[in-house]
Amino acid sequence: MAKTDSLQGSLDLMVLKILSRRPNLHGYAIMTAIKEMSDEVLRVEEGSLYPALHRMEEAGWIKASWITKDTGRRARIYELTTTGKNQLSSEEARWQAVTAAVNQVLRMA
Amino acid sequence: MSIWSRIAHAFRPGSLDRELEEELQSHIDEAVESGRDPEEARRAFGRFLQTREQSRDIRVATWLDSLRADAVFGWRQIVKRKVTSGAAILSLALAIGACTSAFRLVDAMLLRPLPVADPGSLFVLRYEVLDNDDKKDTADSFEYPLFRQLRTAVRGQAEVMAISYASQVDLTFGSDEEMEKAYRQYVSGWTFETLGLRPELGRLLAANDDTKPGGHPYAVLSHDFWKRRFGGDRNVIGRTFRQGTSTYEIVGVLTAGFTGTETGTMTDLFVPTMMNSKAIDNPNWGWFRTWVRLKPGVEGEQVRQKLRAAMLASRQEKAKAWKSPGAKHRTEQYLNAAVSLESAAAGVSGMQQTYRRSMIILGVLVALVLLIACANVANLLTAQATARAREMALRVSIGAGRARLLQLVLMESALLAIIASALGGLFAAWSAPFVVSMINPPDNPARLVLPADWRVLGFAVALALAVTILFGLAPALRASSVKPASALKGGEDPHSKRRLMHALVAAQVAFCFLVHFVAGMFVSSFDRLANQPVGFPPDRLVLLDTQAKKDLPQGTWDQALEKLRTVAGVESAALATWPLMSGNAWTSGVWANGHTPDREQPVYFLGVSPGWLATMKIPLLSGREFRLNEANPDFAIVNEAFARRYFAGQDPVGRTLETSGAKDKRFTAQIVGLVRDARYGELREAIRPTVYVPFNSKDDNGVAKGTDWGAFIVRTSAKDPLQLASVLRREVSSGRPELRVSDISTQDALIRSKTLRERMLATLSMFFAAVALLLASVGLYGVLDYSVIQRQREIGIRLALGARSNDIMRRVTTEVFSMLIFGAFIGLALGIASERYVETLLFQVKALQLSVMLWPAVTILGASVLAALPPVFRAVHIDPASMLRSE
Repeated sequence: MAKTDSLQGSLDLMVLKILSRRPNLHGYAIMTAIKEMSDEVLRVEEGSLYPALHRMEEAGWIKASWITKDTGRRARIYELTTTGKNQLSSEEARWQAVTAAVNQVLRMA
Repeated sequence: MSIWSRIAHAFRPGSLDRELEEELQSHIDEAVESGRDPEEARRAFGRFLQTREQSRDIRVATWLDSLRADAVFGWRQIVKRKVTSGAAILSLALAIGACTSAFRLVDAMLLRPLPVADPGSLFVLRYEVLDNDDKKDTADSFEYPLFRQLRTAVRGQAEVMAISYASQVDLTFGSDEEMEKAYRQYVSGWTFETLGLRPELGRLLAANDDTKPGGHPYAVLSHDFWKRRFGGDRNVIGRTFRQGTSTYEIVGVLTAGFTGTETGTMTDLFVPTMMNSKAIDNPNWGWFRTWVRLKPGVEGEQVRQKLRAAMLASRQEKAKAWKSPGAKHRTEQYLNAAVSLESAAAGVSGMQQTYRRSMIILGVLVALVLLIACANVANLLTAQATARAREMALRVSIGAGRARLLQLVLMESALLAIIASALGGLFAAWSAPFVVSMINPPDNPARLVLPADWRVLGFAVALALAVTILFGLAPALRASSVKPASALKGGEDPHSKRRLMHALVAAQVAFCFLVHFVAGMFVSSFDRLANQPVGFPPDRLVLLDTQAKKDLPQGTWDQALEKLRTVAGVESAALATWPLMSGNAWTSGVWANGHTPDREQPVYFLGVSPGWLATMKIPLLSGREFRLNEANPDFAIVNEAFARRYFAGQDPVGRTLETSGAKDKRFTAQIVGLVRDARYGELREAIRPTVYVPFNSKDDNGVAKGTDWGAFIVRTSAKDPLQLASVLRREVSSGRPELRVSDISTQDALIRSKTLRERMLATLSMFFAAVALLLASVGLYGVLDYSVIQRQREIGIRLALGARSNDIMRRVTTEVFSMLIFGAFIGLALGIASERYVETLLFQVKALQLSVMLWPAVTILGASVLAALPPVFRAVHIDPASMLRSE
């Protein structure tokens, strides 16, 4: 299991991407989604996830609202904003460029 | 979300914390529901608190949050210690208020630029002169023929304007019974355009309005006068008024703000210089200041040199025509006088000249009081810091950084300063106009524009900040440098703290001494000046300045005088050219007993009616008073100073003197009386030789001459002479409408007006001295009290071991009193050094006089002893048994 922290900026990118596909997730669901989609390779710690969510909210990339779930419990759910969509596409492009470059180095070395 | 949401969060931290907690809790619940072990799920969050804090820091402007927390905490501290905080706030408020008030005055009088276009390029021309004592002085009055030459000399490089002194004139919009007073300035027609001023109504004067002597009876009103006199009536344009022999038409009103060029006087109306037609061609009549507006890019120095050259050339011409040139060095000075261009950005007025130094000195005194207040509050806070050493140590041991502690303590200081500034602002709002009212000569109100605008606000804010740092920084640094281990043990080095406090006490005493020293010099100056002998009892004398429309024969004046004498409550009455000490002077050359006129020491002349000596109660030493029908220049009465100079102190009665009339013709007068010296002019000068001549006078051909103005001098039996004012005013005009009383005052008020500046300096500096003393005593009390509390245990042990009370007393007070003496010596040195800055404001007082040095020493020592009594009393009465038990 790798810590997401080891990949600079990848946590923000994953959160943005997941929220772009499946809006209105709460923190726990986002964490589970990352875990499941990466086949349990990547695991986000709660201690990193929430500060990251709040930072992105503060930056205006995502916005949050409270809903009451069927179980009667309140949950804070997140969705992407327009700024967030722009951020996602530029981060994604940057990520692709970087990984491609790293892969190339690995191949050539 | 943005900085605003973060700031908003900072002010409702509770709701944010709740929200974060709820979100994290819902996460844990979710995890548990999906089958995770509750304990494990909670542990997964790691340091729950830290996560919350991290998230919280992101969403809150952290610095603001901590400031808010500190402010709340600081406020609680302030409220908790009501007495100390109250003392701190009050002393700061007083000092800050006084400072702000002083700034408002200095700003309004000396700094604030005139509301005209580019005030920075405005200058006035001044030249050097020698005064009566051969001391260098400067003057700024110019004659119109010279002005024309100056204007030509710098054409193209600078615009030159003639702007007369603002003077109070009588004018009427209706009949003569409704005469009123207004301040008037003559200005060159192009002045308004050059200054870039605009009309609110109608038009302003232009160059065309100022071409032919007497030909332009147009006037422009100030906005203030328009509002005050006409209630802002827009139909005022075209109305006429009469002033002197001219009828003026109002052509315009200025926009608000510009009140003339004489700071301290608000000019009501402006008329063209050409309307002063008698003065236009007179080469000896100086009646205006020469203003210079430099054209863009022109060097001031270049213009100054041209102006000087033109001025000295004209003086060369003038000197050629002199018949009796006077002392050689004076002629030389006249022909080589230095000429300077001085900035007129803030306006130019005699009041500025008179009060500039006084205001700066008062400003320094106020600043000293502020420093004392700061030292005081610093001491209070330092003493408190001890009580808080444990709290600080606790904060350090749970991880608070030094900067954080500094912020905490400074925040508390800032709160004190803010509250004090607010109170001080109220004090300043009241006191600045109060001080302006103090410098009012009778019938000549000083009117300063004293707006509370951004300049004043900026000053107050800067002051509050400076003060916070001044008194807050030392205690804050000290508090934040606390060493947890020793502080928690309660055993910090107590001496280091006392050293700071003692240094502050020494500084306070030094400043306090200085303030007292300077105040003492001002008070004794005022005292000496106010007690200068005037040579007659001034009480119960009413003075009625009276004018006639045209020259009236002596008979009319005598009738009015007779009428006044019959009024109930009038003891005696007489006529004079003007009252003694009115500020007017008539001087002339005198030839007598082989002496010739002395240009440097002219002789005063005054026309008086029979009965004047008796009314003034000036003792007659020899000879007699004037009789009816005696006239000037045939008869004269002289004073002792005259007899001393011209007759070597012998009785001159029966001898003659010669005076010069117009066209250098001489007249002989017989001396019929010798009287005791009476003061004619300023209080600061020695009583000069004076010749009294009959009010009734003849012209050069010996024909009786009428007069169009004079002053009735009335001695009343009532204690308040002004009770009779309206009756007397009516009696003068009743049956003689051609006579009109233009001004009523009392001799007392006239004399008092000569000491206005000294009175203001003495009163204000005494006030500041009292405040300084109060503050310093409170500071001393605080330090002593603190040191007794600190040493309670030690004193208890000493007493238990049999120490005597005077020994304890000595131990408690030695250090502080040596600081006091040390401070006093520094203060004394500063005081003596300051003398040369205040010298020109002093009268017969020197810094090295014993009385001047003794006074502050005695007061401060006395106050110190009083302040020291309670703590010392407490130290001596410590009960060793209970003290040791409690420890």
